[in-house]
Amino acid sequence: MKQTALIEEHRKLGGRLIDFGGWELPVQYTGLMDEHLACRSAAGLFDVSHMGEVIVEGADAEKFLYHLVSNDASKIEIGMAQYSALCRPEGGIVDDIIVYRRGQDRYFVVVNASNTDKDFAWMLKIHKEGGFTCRLENESSKWSQIAVQGRFAEQIVQALTSATLSAVKPFRFVENTILGIPAIIARTGYTGEDGFEIYVAWNEGPKVWQALLGEGTPLGMKPCGLGARDTLRLEVKYPLYGNELTDETNPLEAGIGFATKLDKTDFVGKAAIVAAKAAGLKRKLVGIEIKGAGIPRHGYKLFDEVGTTEIGFLTSGTHSPSLKKPIGIAYVTSSHAEIGTKLLVEIRANKIPAEIVATPFYKRPY
Amino acid sequence: MRFPDNLKYTKDHEWAKIEGKQVTVGITDHAQSALGDIVFVELPKIGRELKVGETFGVVESIKAVSDLYSPVQGKVVAINDAAISEPSLLNREPHSSAWLVKIELTDTAAIETLLDASKYTSLVEGLK
Repeated sequence: MKQTALIEEHRKLGGRLIDFGGWELPVQYTGLMDEHLACRSAAGLFDVSHMGEVIVEGADAEKFLYHLVSNDASKIEIGMAQYSALCRPEGGIVDDIIVYRRGQDRYFVVVNASNTDKDFAWMLKIHKEGGFTCRLENESSKWSQIAVQGRFAEQIVQALTSATLSAVKPFRFVENTILGIPAIIARTGYTGEDGFEIYVAWNEGPKVWQALLGEGTPLGMKPCGLGARDTLRLEVKYPLYGNELTDETNPLEAGIGFATKLDKTDFVGKAAIVAAKAAGLKRKLVGIEIKGAGIPRHGYKLFDEVGTTEIGFLTSGTHSPSLKKPIGIAYVTSSHAEIGTKLLVEIRANKIPAEIVATPFYKRPY
Repeated sequence: MRFPDNLKYTKDHEWAKIEGKQVTVGITDHAQSALGDIVFVELPKIGRELKVGETFGVVESIKAVSDLYSPVQGKVVAINDAAISEPSLLNREPHSSAWLVKIELTDTAAIETLLDASKYTSLVEGLK
């Protein structure tokens, strides 16, 4: 199994290590509930070094990214990060990504861990087909990525850097130092909280992790495992590749239309997505709440209120630690996607009442 | 982790307390620890007849779903409502107040196949 630079830190903290898509990572330390609630009430510390980083540099870097991704990469200013998707010509999603612009011709693309090789191969293919003058490099093994998320995140990170973090707005980043170590400090995250994602050289990861732990622990921050990372993102309905987003899902039905700019002159997949929109989207990604006893889970089927017609399936589901109730994310046919629609979830032998609700399920109070 | 000597155990990480014809069943401390924060418990109706190995309920943590298997053959005579209304009891007191069902034996053969505390301890140690 692959390990991040922080493996010994996880062991020291009693992390329960699992095989996560080939990476040995902690699913939890003290307990999922505990970690989740610490992130919501104070802060959480996450090792996300397994994420992939691809460098795009050169004269055609902007042109290449404009063509490659669904969002409008030409609108990314230096110091800005943009959520986007890599789409197939057929409109399906290769991955969801974040593009950071580090300079006029310098970009840093962060991709999902399990998709790193697939994405890099995809980017090389599109690059070659278009004959772009820019260099691509998979630098995933060169970076440690640590996320600090929660209402005290700014205070915790600020103690270790001379950058003025209050000036770094959401989806912006600065290149500065942490403990004197060169770092990209971005106000981004995957929890629905305010927070930062910090990129440093691979081998500097442990030093930065320990210092953040030292600053955050007195404020109630806890290290968080993959379990809490999943429930935190689920409560704010952030999509997860492999669950909500797949090669077969279209970005509009997946609810990432905000990052799919159909007014762009061109991008890979645009024609298919435009055609799908014109034909009318067949299904939509929605949030559901269970009104009976049971917890919705990935793959469970959904039926209409009378229980005769199958109308969709769950992509993710859990017992929400913040809201103390079962919640799920599901694809349902467009005719049954209105908020307030009553439906049934098949949980083992029973069909349990549920309702489509507004999302995010959880909204931070500050 | 300590497993009481007065209980018998299964490879599926359940315990059984045998008192004459009546067997009380729960999940072990190892099972609750492996599952994490338990948030949902589903138990059978009283009166249901169970065969050895038959699924009789479900325990769910935030992350995982785990079936419950009957360690014996018999009829369900009681279920623990406290475990249903307060699933976190399974994390706190798995070997005592968080029992799940009481089964009245209709056949005693399976009793012989259950593990004693020391055998179960070795089994759990072997998983680490």
